[in-house]
Amino acid sequence: MSEPLNLKAKLGLNVFKEDKERHINIKPGMEKDPRLKRAVLVCPAGLYSLNDKGEVEFTIDGCLECGTCRIACGVEVLDWKYPHGGAGVQFRFG
Amino acid sequence: MEERFDAIIVGGGLAGLGAAYTLASEGLEVLLLERGDYAGAKNVTGGRIYLNPVRDMYPDLWKKAPLERFIAHEEVAIMAKERSLTLRYSGEELRTEPYQSYSILRAKFDRWFAKQVERKGAMIVTKSKVDDLIFENGKVAGVKAGEDELYADVVIACDGVLSLLAEKAGLRKPGNPKDYAVGVKEVIELEAAVIEERFGLSEGEGVARLFMGEVTKGMFGGGFLYTNKDSISLGLVVSIKELMENKDRIELPVMFEEFKNRPEIAPLIKGGQTAEYSAHVIPEGGYKALTKLYGDGILVAGDAAGFSMNIGVTVRGMEYALASGYYAAKAVIKAKEKGDFSAKTLAVYEEMLKNSFVMQDFINFKEAPHVLENPRFFTYYPELVTSIMRDLYAVPAGPKERLYPTVKKYLGFKQLWAMAGDMRKVMKI
Ligand SMILES: Cc1cc2nc3c(=O)[nH]c(=O)nc-3n(C[C@H](O)[C@H](O)[C@H](O)COP(=O)(O)OP(=O)(O)OC[C@H]3O[C@@H](n4cnc5c(N)ncnc54)[C@H](O)[C@@H]3O)c2cc1C
Ligand code: SF4
Repeated sequence: MSEPLNLKAKLGLNVFKEDKERHINIKPGMEKDPRLKRAVLVCPAGLYSLNDKGEVEFTIDGCLECGTCRIACGVEVLDWKYPHGGAGVQFRFG
Repeated sequence: MEERFDAIIVGGGLAGLGAAYTLASEGLEVLLLERGDYAGAKNVTGGRIYLNPVRDMYPDLWKKAPLERFIAHEEVAIMAKERSLTLRYSGEELRTEPYQSYSILRAKFDRWFAKQVERKGAMIVTKSKVDDLIFENGKVAGVKAGEDELYADVVIACDGVLSLLAEKAGLRKPGNPKDYAVGVKEVIELEAAVIEERFGLSEGEGVARLFMGEVTKGMFGGGFLYTNKDSISLGLVVSIKELMENKDRIELPVMFEEFKNRPEIAPLIKGGQTAEYSAHVIPEGGYKALTKLYGDGILVAGDAAGFSMNIGVTVRGMEYALASGYYAAKAVIKAKEKGDFSAKTLAVYEEMLKNSFVMQDFINFKEAPHVLENPRFFTYYPELVTSIMRDLYAVPAGPKERLYPTVKKYLGFKQLWAMAGDMRKVMKI
């Protein structure tokens, strides 16, 4: 087996450039929308998680800009943009 | 800053670079905007590219292109929970030039391709994200990127699978989960000699191994492994709809780790160093999910238009991106001759695609997404086939059962009837 990697360490291998602001946000008032829970299952970077209260928490660090959460949760729930030009993940292999 | 171009292309993936290359070759003034640090910085593929369909569209490109290995061996692994069956096909035609397909790393390839595009005279601006379209009299007249307003006769949206631009132009709606898959991938570095030894390859040869069955826990999708020069691309592709509705609440990163840890995979990547972890949405809705391809002053090409196909074990999108970019450019050249960039003139783009392998493939494989969603293909059949293999190979302490009854016990009337039903559907592909 290659080194067993946890997700954070694996994301740490990528090149990320910081953005001025978060490019994905849960729309105000949608924090409890059931559609958000889908993101927990589909996000390849594991950035969505359920807390003790059963609510979805989200961090942006490590976002691969794959678009999966936008498709799964929909644009009523997420305000989804790409990061600014030159920011975000920069793949060296792709 | 206000400037005017013949064409503005948004996105420096294969569709955008292909369109820019073709337009610049004909002397048009082209501006390509890419939000990444360089072309390829945001682009993920499996990947293997088939050259035959696009070789002649870009005749000068392939000789020096930084491709990885030519695929000389095609493998498919049928994965059940505890066992698997792997087939390897090797053929003289796969080892003979011009080679049919190559493994590819997009950050490397696209970056190089962008240089060739610049050499043809196109202007490429990276780290530049297009935020919006500019409309004049209901027609697309340019783009806004940060503070800049840039004008052109026509805009070609090559901004990839989500195509926020085609959405803004009213040519598509935000995607429906049933029409998309998510792909995750690790690039794992290994020495070339180790790769060749491990996979039984002659120097320069590559292998493509596709995994179907249990690896996606019964969901529509599959796994892939491609050998690059000195790394391996290992990944999984899964239907977004099935993943987000999965009853066992399996999370994608966990599914991927389990895949990597399978006894069939672990020894193949042993000693390798993961260098990158990437992910991307893939269009897989087929013909029915294609977007509108053109409007007044705008064309859509590549993944942005939905030109990517997942027929079970293999995803194909790169040739469609290169070809649709090429035809979009050809349509723009026709429109320029006429001096008219209205939807009516740009409709020639769709005509050209219909006369090419692009639309013909999409029409021929129209039923594929629907048929292949059948979960029996991902759980039942892999278990069945590998159970038969287990029994055929088993040598018990007592006498071994005759071969025919061994097989027959799995294939009673009920099973055969159900299989015939599946077969009838498969025959539509
Ligand atoms: C895991 C995986 C495996 C795959 N395997 C294969 C395979 O083996 N074979 C195959 O043929 N295909 C495969 N595909 C599909 C293939 O990768 C795609 O079809 C192909 O990359 C599409 O090319 P494109 O140029 O249309 O889009 P992309 O390559 O996505 O390029 C879009 C570009 O637009 C840029 N962009 C987006 N928005 C903006 C904006 N607003 N402003 C400026 N720039 C912008 C992006 O940064 C990006 O560079 C796979 C895909 C994935 C994800
Ligand atoms: S874009 Fe992809 S990686 Fe980023 S939060 Fe959404 S699902 Fe996760």
